[in-house]
This record gives sequence, C-alpha cells and structure tokens, in this order.
Amino acid sequence: MSVNRSLFVLLLLGVACQQPYTQGKILYESACGSCHMSDGTGLAGLIPPLAGSDLLRNSPDLLPCIITRGMEGKIQVNGQWFDQVMAPVTGINEVEMANILNYIQTEWGDPSQFYSPDRIRQIHLSCGTGPVNLAIQGKE
Amino acid sequence: MKNWIFFHLFLVGILIISCQPPQGCQVLPVLGNRDIQGTDTVYATIPDFTFMDQDSQSVTNATFADKIYVVDFFFISCPTICPKVKKQMLRVYQRFSQEPRLLLLSHTIDVRHDTIPRLKAYADGLGISTNRWHLVTGSEDDIYQIAGNYFSIAKKDPSVPGGFDHSGRLILVDEDRRVRSFCDGTDPQSVDQFMTDIQCLLDER
Repeated sequence: MSVNRSLFVLLLLGVACQQPYTQGKILYESACGSCHMSDGTGLAGLIPPLAGSDLLRNSPDLLPCIITRGMEGKIQVNGQWFDQVMAPVTGINEVEMANILNYIQTEWGDPSQFYSPDRIRQIHLSCGTGPVNLAIQGKE
Repeated sequence: MKNWIFFHLFLVGILIISCQPPQGCQVLPVLGNRDIQGTDTVYATIPDFTFMDQDSQSVTNATFADKIYVVDFFFISCPTICPKVKKQMLRVYQRFSQEPRLLLLSHTIDVRHDTIPRLKAYADGLGISTNRWHLVTGSEDDIYQIAGNYFSIAKKDPSVPGGFDHSGRLILVDEDRRVRSFCDGTDPQSVDQFMTDIQCLLDER
C-alpha cells in the first residue's frame, strides 16, 4: 500500500517538474523564433520583442489576427515604434495557434490569458481581410 | 631509488603540462585553396568588388584597406535565419564598438527588393553607423559569385521559404583579403568563439 502511495507521489512530482507548454514552445521556435528570437527579445528597432511586451497584456485579442493575417504599418511596443512588414504565419491550425499563444502569454505576457481553439476561432471571425494595420484601424 | 621516483614524477608532470589545452591566441589559419609558386605559398584572396551601401556610397576593397572585416549574406524579407544572424552580427558590432580596425559588411541577396532606401531604413532600425557596418547591394551575379569566395552560398531558389537559399555563416577576412575564420551565425556559442578569433586576429597585427 505504502509502495503504491510512494509511486503516486513520484508520478505527481514528475508531472509537476515538466516544463509547461512544451508543445507551444516547440511550435513557437519553428513558427516565430526565427524573427522574434528564442528568448522573445526581437531584433533591435526592426522586430518588436514579445518578452515583456505591453501588446501581450493590452491587446490579447489582436494576436491571433496578427499571426493569421500578418502585419504592416507602424506599431508601438513598450514605447518604441516599429515599421516592418510581418508575413502571415501559415501552416498552423487553431489548436497549434492556441498552444503558441498560451506559451507566449505564460512565458512573457499575461499568464491569466488563456486561448482555447474556440476563442481563436471567434477572434478570427472579426479579423477582416488583409494584413493587420493599426494605423488604418485608428488603433495606433 | 629516491631519484628514480622523482625522475618519474617529473616525467608525469611534464606530460600533464604538455596535455593542457593551449592558452591565449593561436595564429589563425589561412583558409581556402593555396598554390605553391616556386618557394612561395600563394593563398586564396577575396577578388576585387564594387558595391553600394545604405548611404549610396561606393564600397570596394579599398574601403577595407588596413582593416579586418566580418561578412554575411541576407535579405530583408527573409523569413528564416536572417534575423538570428543579424542579431549575432549586432553582437559583434557592439562588442567591438570601440575598435576602428574592424568593419562589418552585409550583402543583400535580394537586390530587386532591397533597394538602397530600404537598406537605409533597415540600418536605422538596427541603429548602426554606416562607416562601421556597410549593408550593400549591387549586381546580382557579382554578389552570388563573391559569396563563393567567402565559402558561403547565395542563390535564388523558389522552393525554399523566401525564395533565396543562403548560408548563415559569418566570415572573418584579414587585411590581406584572406579568410581566417568563420562560424555559424545562428548559434550564439559559435559566435562567442568567433569573437575570440576576431580579437586574436586584431592582436596578431
């Protein structure tokens, strides 16, 4: 009986020690990491950071649209302006996008934000067509 | 008997010292093909080139006279390795910011889209100074050809993301136009060693 209990505790410990959002991290590396970097720091004044970005906290519903539609025009992140075109990320479904966004928010943004595939689907209905352009949308 | 033991301890000590990895700088090898002409060894060198940088200035071998320089190949809309390589180039730029004997040279391989104004905007985004880091464009053929001299690949390939195939190497060239070191520009640890090589080459002079 006590052996079973010990095994159960060991199993719990093993699960607890695993890195959360492992799948999201792997997907992030392949879909986003080349530009936003593995540590989310971006590239100087060209590619905005995700780590510590105010956009993650302030505009969580914008993120699925940016990933799916890409982006153009100016965007301000943490007080700094960026003006590079971001191509749409293709080849990922809503489950994978939820994995990526949950990883990003947990690692660098607002961990209370949780994306389900349903939430992604709902947001996508309001994304419109073409790349996201905050200047045109008056959200700058 | 006592002397015999001391002698062997001495031999073991010599062995241990001689097996230690070398400390400090080694002279960097000259990379590439070489010819023997008479009693002289002739090393491969970077041929003459003329490109234009982000300030619409001509960049030639003369720009790098009495300098050593670091080279890479990229394009602005690259969706794969370029930003990571540029981040490492930026590390090199910042690490040697006070070193006037080192310059950086980045060639775009998408000459159609990466015009001089776009290169200028890219340079501004990186926050770099033209007189230390030249982002150049020029004849497509010239750029693809000279990539080979730098042991790099640069070519159009519609089957790869972005439409261009290229290597992410950083290449170190000495003041005699000879390649002396290179590294994987996507791997920060490889770049750490590369920066040690840069310092060694500077100290060589």
